[in-house]
Amino acid sequence: MLDVQKIRNDFPILGREVNGHPLVYMDNAATTQKPRQVIQALVDYYENFNANVHRGVHTLSMEATDMYEDARKKVAKFINAGDPDTVIWTRNASESLNLVAYSWARENVESGENIVLTPMEHHSNLVPWQELTREKNAAIRYIPLDNEGVLDLSDIDSIIDDRTALVSVVHMSNALGTVNPIKKLCDLAHARGAKFLVDGAQSVPHMVVDVKEIDCDFMAFSGHKMMGPTGIGCLYAKKDVLEGMKPFLTGGEMVLEVSYEKASWADLPMKFEAGTPNIADAIALGVAVDYLEDIGMANIDEYERDLTGYALNKFIDVEEEGGKLFGPRNPDQRGGIISFDTPDIHPHDLGTLLDQMGIAVRTGHHCAMPLVRSLGVAATSRASFYVYNTKKEVDVLIEGILEAMRYFRDGVR
Amino acid sequence: MALGSLNDLYRDKVILDHCRNPRNSAVLDLPDVSCEAINPFCGDEIRFQINLDDSDRVREVGFQGEGCAINQAAGSIVSEALNGLTLTDVLDLSKKFSRIMEASLPKDVVVADKEAINLGELSALYKVREFPVRVKCALLVWSALDSGISTLA
Repeated sequence: MLDVQKIRNDFPILGREVNGHPLVYMDNAATTQKPRQVIQALVDYYENFNANVHRGVHTLSMEATDMYEDARKKVAKFINAGDPDTVIWTRNASESLNLVAYSWARENVESGENIVLTPMEHHSNLVPWQELTREKNAAIRYIPLDNEGVLDLSDIDSIIDDRTALVSVVHMSNALGTVNPIKKLCDLAHARGAKFLVDGAQSVPHMVVDVKEIDCDFMAFSGHKMMGPTGIGCLYAKKDVLEGMKPFLTGGEMVLEVSYEKASWADLPMKFEAGTPNIADAIALGVAVDYLEDIGMANIDEYERDLTGYALNKFIDVEEEGGKLFGPRNPDQRGGIISFDTPDIHPHDLGTLLDQMGIAVRTGHHCAMPLVRSLGVAATSRASFYVYNTKKEVDVLIEGILEAMRYFRDGVR
Repeated sequence: MALGSLNDLYRDKVILDHCRNPRNSAVLDLPDVSCEAINPFCGDEIRFQINLDDSDRVREVGFQGEGCAINQAAGSIVSEALNGLTLTDVLDLSKKFSRIMEASLPKDVVVADKEAINLGELSALYKVREFPVRVKCALLVWSALDSGISTLA
């Protein structure tokens, strides 16, 4: 079993206080904290190696290029991509998804075709497809949800059909915690000749994700949700798919030969990486991957599943006071994201009260506005865990929610 | 109890009273002014209808909304505070109120400004200033009124 205290000691921020209380950080679905190793990698790069990559014959440039490409290899291995050239650096998952929408879908989706999504997509895996389908006169179809927030596949054969160009599905919902059966959906998409995209922003940081095993055509994820810095994300895609795609952005770095009239494109992955890239953050993301692999993704998954099961049991205390849990009850169908509503107290007010106790949770629509509306609420409160959270912190959270509910009720009298 | 600093805000009788028992909640038919605002980041909503009297002063206000306690209380308090004001007065009050909620404003300026406005029950909302991320909750009502009134002109 992993040593949580040892892990916590690597995170300087977990030692701070907020409003006079030890920080209980439970907004990991928004962004995670960074271990000292990752922070130090940024400092080390800028202090000792800073140079531009893929050009220059001087020592610093060669060292920086090696470190930068090593990070790509680490990420490729982490998701079992095989060839590191199939991992494209982006700013974040949103940019990765937009890259697919602009470079692949604009060339491959035709009028009358459809793109299949789920109702629990983050805005980043929804709005690009709304724009694209409007432009192409194509349609969006949604796989329905049951009342626990789990995909209902009973009618899937009429939803994914021969006119489906792409099935794009979130692996783990950031608003409900639901983990979707992506392997099954990928097989269904391929059986109809459609491409399959996984939004792995919430899953890659928390569980073993193997793109070869899923057999997905694309997968998007962000560095900052997996202990890495902000501003660096990834798009994985199958090599033949990437080779058939046009560039997203054009300019420096991504060209092979340029004349005054035209240009030819560099090979993968640089064809999709115009301009000086985010070198330092890519290198630091590589260090975050090292850190995660050191703990072991299977161990992280097991630990968080146990913690989530504990929290779901504890949440019964809140439900007895009228609280409502969203998403599946079964810990095997969900990740460490607890989304809920409390009676008589609006999520924003709850968020402010919990903050006074040092507890950081997210309140709002979690960039899944249509989904949260369909739950019949304007907003939810969300506590999301990572491997450094403890059962003791879950106790603090639950007691905090109960205290806030009592506080608000008493205030009314 | 860890919530001492919140007492000024949520235990304030004015805010909780307005939040629980919003005033003027009936929708007015065919109002002289109708306006709404939505905070896209949190989903809070606010709607106003205003009727004017013969001398163009606010005679009747309808207010409806959804959202947190501060937003709801602000709507209710403002729905009462507008009575008898001209629309120009409303815009002026909006500007002054928004200004004293600015976090960057020096304290002495804020105090002077606050005293220069007759805030009445609106002063309960002033306490939100101590929670900078929640100031927008108290200001949504004013952005609704600003946009509704300025489209008339």
